[in-house]
Amino acid sequence: MSTRMFGAPVKRNADAKFLKGEGAYVDDIALPGVRHAAFVRSPFARARINGIDTSEAEAHPGVIAVYTCDNIGPLDIKMPLLIPHESMTDAQTQRPLARDDVYYVGQTVAMIVAVDRYTAEDAALLVDVDYEPLDVELDLEAAVKDDAPLVHATHPNNVAADFNQICGDPQSGYAEADHVTRIQIQVDRSTSAAMECRAVAARYDEITGELIVWDTTQAPISVRGGLASILELDEDKVRVVAPDVGGGFGQKVLLFYPDELLVPFAAMQLGSPVKYIEDRRENFIGSTQERTQIHMIELHARKNGEVVALKDFFLHDTGAFIPYGIAVAQVASTSIAGPYRIPNIEVRFQAVYTPTVPVTPYRGCGRPQSCFAIERAMDQLAEELGLDRFEVRRRNLVTEDEFPLVREGLLFADGLRVSLDSGQYHKALEMVHASIGADDFAARQEAARAEGRYLGLGLAYYVEGTGLGPYEGGHIKIHPITGKVYVNTGLSGQGQGHETVFAQIVADQLGVAVEDVILTEGDTGAYDWGVATFASRAAVVSGNAIHKTALLVRKQTITAAANMLEADPEEIELRDGAAWIIGGNRNVPLAAIATATNPLRYAFNDAAQAATQFAPASRHDGPPLDEGQHPGLEATDYYSPECATWAYGVHAAIVEIDPDTCSVEIQKYVCIHDCGNMINPVIVDGQVMGGLAQGFGGALMERIEYDQDGNPTNANFVDFLIPYATEVPEVDIQHLETPSPLNPLGVKGVGEAGCIAVGATVASGVADALKPFGDHKFHHTPITPSMIYDAISTG
Amino acid sequence: MKRSLSKTQQESADPKQRTRMTVNGETVERDVSVRMLLSDFLRHELGLTGTHVGCEHGVCGACTVMINGRSGRSCLTFAVQADGADIRTIESVADENGDLHPLQEAFRDCHALQCGYCTPGMIMNVLSHMESDEEMDLSDQGIRELLSGNLCRCTGYANIVKAVRQAADKANWGSA
Repeated sequence: MSTRMFGAPVKRNADAKFLKGEGAYVDDIALPGVRHAAFVRSPFARARINGIDTSEAEAHPGVIAVYTCDNIGPLDIKMPLLIPHESMTDAQTQRPLARDDVYYVGQTVAMIVAVDRYTAEDAALLVDVDYEPLDVELDLEAAVKDDAPLVHATHPNNVAADFNQICGDPQSGYAEADHVTRIQIQVDRSTSAAMECRAVAARYDEITGELIVWDTTQAPISVRGGLASILELDEDKVRVVAPDVGGGFGQKVLLFYPDELLVPFAAMQLGSPVKYIEDRRENFIGSTQERTQIHMIELHARKNGEVVALKDFFLHDTGAFIPYGIAVAQVASTSIAGPYRIPNIEVRFQAVYTPTVPVTPYRGCGRPQSCFAIERAMDQLAEELGLDRFEVRRRNLVTEDEFPLVREGLLFADGLRVSLDSGQYHKALEMVHASIGADDFAARQEAARAEGRYLGLGLAYYVEGTGLGPYEGGHIKIHPITGKVYVNTGLSGQGQGHETVFAQIVADQLGVAVEDVILTEGDTGAYDWGVATFASRAAVVSGNAIHKTALLVRKQTITAAANMLEADPEEIELRDGAAWIIGGNRNVPLAAIATATNPLRYAFNDAAQAATQFAPASRHDGPPLDEGQHPGLEATDYYSPECATWAYGVHAAIVEIDPDTCSVEIQKYVCIHDCGNMINPVIVDGQVMGGLAQGFGGALMERIEYDQDGNPTNANFVDFLIPYATEVPEVDIQHLETPSPLNPLGVKGVGEAGCIAVGATVASGVADALKPFGDHKFHHTPITPSMIYDAISTG
Repeated sequence: MKRSLSKTQQESADPKQRTRMTVNGETVERDVSVRMLLSDFLRHELGLTGTHVGCEHGVCGACTVMINGRSGRSCLTFAVQADGADIRTIESVADENGDLHPLQEAFRDCHALQCGYCTPGMIMNVLSHMESDEEMDLSDQGIRELLSGNLCRCTGYANIVKAVRQAADKANWGSA
C-alpha cells in the first residue's frame, strides 16, 4: 500500500512558482493595450454633492474616459445586499459612483480611465467636485443617541439592525444566580491588510462576446453571477478568474466593490482591456474593515462559579453601509458563550451606521470580539468569587459526554443551529495549564515583583464555528494521456495551500502522487458550482466534496481496471499511478484505464489503439457506451453540511511589562488547538501561526483611527502598525485531534482560529501583571503604551 | 452595450529619458517616463512581474530588489535613477534549469510562504545579505532583525525565520 497522504506534512505544490517570482497575480497578467483606472474619492465623511465638473480631466492628455454616476448606465444603482435578514429594514448599500451624497472618506465619486496609472491619477485631481460637508458622529456610543447626526436619514439613531436572540430561559437563570459579574469591553477596528491589495482587470472580446474578468475576489462564482445579472449578459459569456491572490482574510469576499463593476463596464464600452490596481492608501480608505464592537456582558453565576445565565448587549459598527448584512454581529452573538455550558443566554445587538469604510468580515469575523467579552468576563468572575482563573473555566467547560451541545434558539451565520459537535475542552485546558507553567507561576510572579519586574499570566479560551454551507462541489477527471488527476472546486485560494491539501485527499483514493493531482479553482471557466472562500470552510466543505468525488472515481477506476485485468474488483489496489492485482505484478496505468473507458474512433497513441472500434477489448453486444454510462474516469459530487462544525482552542501567555517604556513583552505563548483531523499538519500550523500574528497585531498595535471629522489618520503602513518579524513572538502550538462527527473526513476549519483568542489572552496577562498598580481591567484592545502608562501612573 | 467612439488613442504627456541598466545580467535600454518607478519599469516594461508592490511607500518590502548588490526598494526608486545600475530581481535567483536556489529551497522545506506575495522581496533582501561579506547574526533575534524590513501577513514569520536559518546553516553563511 502507498503511504497515506492525509495527515502527512507534504510540501506544497504551489511553492516553486511563487519562489521563482512566477506567480500570476492580477497585475502580473499581460494585457496588450490595457488602460488604467483611478478613482476620485470623497474627502469628506458625509457631504452632499452639488455638482461634478469633469471637463478639465477629460481634456487632460492621455485620458480616455471619465465616468460619474451620470454616464454608467446600468451601474447607477445601489449595489446588492448580499445577505438579507429580518433584523434589518431598508438596508443601505453603496452605489458604484456616488450620486448626490457621500458617506465616508474614500467613497468613489468618479473613475478615470487613461493610458497609464500615472496619468489617470493626475486626471483624478482635475475633477472638480462641489461638496457641502455635513455633520458627523464617529463615536459608536454617541452615534445611537437621539441627537446624533444621521449617516442615512432613513435610519433613526443610526441603527441599521436590531436583533435579540434567546437560548434557554434567561429569566429563570438570572433568578437562580447568586452573583452577577458585569463588564463593558471594546475592540477597535482593524483591517485585513493582505500584502496584495485588491485588483480587477477585464477584457471584452467583441468577436466571441466573452467578458473575462480577473479579480482578487474570494468569491469568483458569485461575482460572475452578479456581473451577468447587472450587465445583462449570458452567464456563459462572463468568465471570472481569481488567479494567484496575495492574501484575502475576508476583505476580498465582499462583492461588489465599485471597481469590480466599473472596470468590466469600461472594458466593454471602450473596447480595450482595463485594469484597476488598488494602492495601499485606497485599501485603507476604500476596502472593508472590521472589529469595532462594544459589549456590555453579564455573567449570572452560582457561588461556586457555575454560570447559569449570560446576558450580552452590544453595539456593532457596520460603517457607512451594510452590504454583508449582519453576518459579523451574528457570528459574534452566537459565539458569545464560548466553550461553556451556560444553558441560558440572552444576546442582543444593534448594528450601527457610522460615516466610515463599510464593515464586512475580517479573519475572525466577530469571534475575537465575543471571545474578548466572555473571557475577560470569566477572569472578572473568577476574581470576584475568589477563584483561580483556570478553575472557574473548569467548572463551566462543556464535558465530552455533553456533545453535541446545541444552543437552541441561536442561529449561526449560515441560518443553521449552533451545535458544539465534539472536543476535549478539559484536556486542552490542562495541556495549556501544564505548558505555560501555571503551577509555579505565582511564585515566579512574586519573585519578579520583588525585583521591580511585572509578570502576568494571560489565559483565554475560544470556540470557532467553521465549515459553513450551503455547499461546495468537487469535480475530478483522470486525464487519458498523462494519467494526471484534474480537480476542480468552486473556491478560490489566497495562499492557504488548497492545491496541496485537496491533492492529498485525492491521492489517497486514487493512488497517485500528490504532485500529479492538479487543482484548478477560482475560475468560472473551469468550474462554476459553489460559493466562496470564507468562514474557515475550504477544508471542511470543499475537502469533503472532493473526498466524496474521489470515492466515486476510485470505484469507476477499480471497476474498469478489474475488467482490463480480468480480475474481481476486490483484487485491485490503486497505487503508484496504476491499478494493480493485489500481491502481483500485473498492473495497468491510470492513463490507460482512462483511455480504455472512453470508446474511440481514432487511435492517437498506443493506449488509444485498445479503445478504438475494431480492437478486441472494444467488442460489445450493445452500443460502445451503455445507456447511463459516461466516458472516461470522471465524477462530480457535492458536500452540504447540516450545520457548522466547531473547532476550539485555548491560549496562555506569560507577559512582562516594562514600566519605563510601557511595552509588553510576550515571554512565552502557548496555543492548544483542535481542528479535528488534520489533512496537513504543517499547513495547519502555518494557518494557526498566521492567525496568531494577526491576533498579536490586534492585541497590541492595530487600530484604524479617524479624527472627529471622519478623516482616517493612519491610512498607510507607516502609521497603521502591523507586526513585522520583530513583533511576533515564538508560539508553542500544540494540537489535539478530535474528529468532527459531522463530515466524512472528520475535519474542522482552521483559517481563522489563530487570531481569535490573542487579544483576550494578552489583556488577561497585562491585567495580571499590573495588579500591583491597582484594579486595572484592560477591557479594550489594542492595548497601547498609553493605556499601560495610564494604569501605572494612576496606580 | 454601445461602444463609445469619442476619443482617439492618446499618449501620456510625460517627458521621457533614455535609460540604460543591467537587469539580471542583460543590458536594457529604454525611453522611460521620468517619473516611472523602478518597480513599474521592471514589472510592466520588462515583464519581470516577480517583483511585487505592496505599499508604494517603502514600508512593506515586497518590491525589494538588489541594486548594485544591495537590497533596495524598487517602489522608492525612479527607473531613471537606476541608469547605469546593476539590478537583480527574483527571476535571477533559481538556476538556468529552473532549480531552486538553496534559500528558495529552504523556504519551501519550512513552509515559509503562503500567498507568496511578500516572498520575492524577502528572498532578495536575505540573499543580498548572504551574498555580502558582512557578518550575520544567526540568532533568532538576529534573523528577525534581518527580516524586519519585510512585512508578511500570512505566515506569522516563524517559518521564515526557520528557513533563513536552514539556508544559512547549509551554506555556512554567517560564519565569516
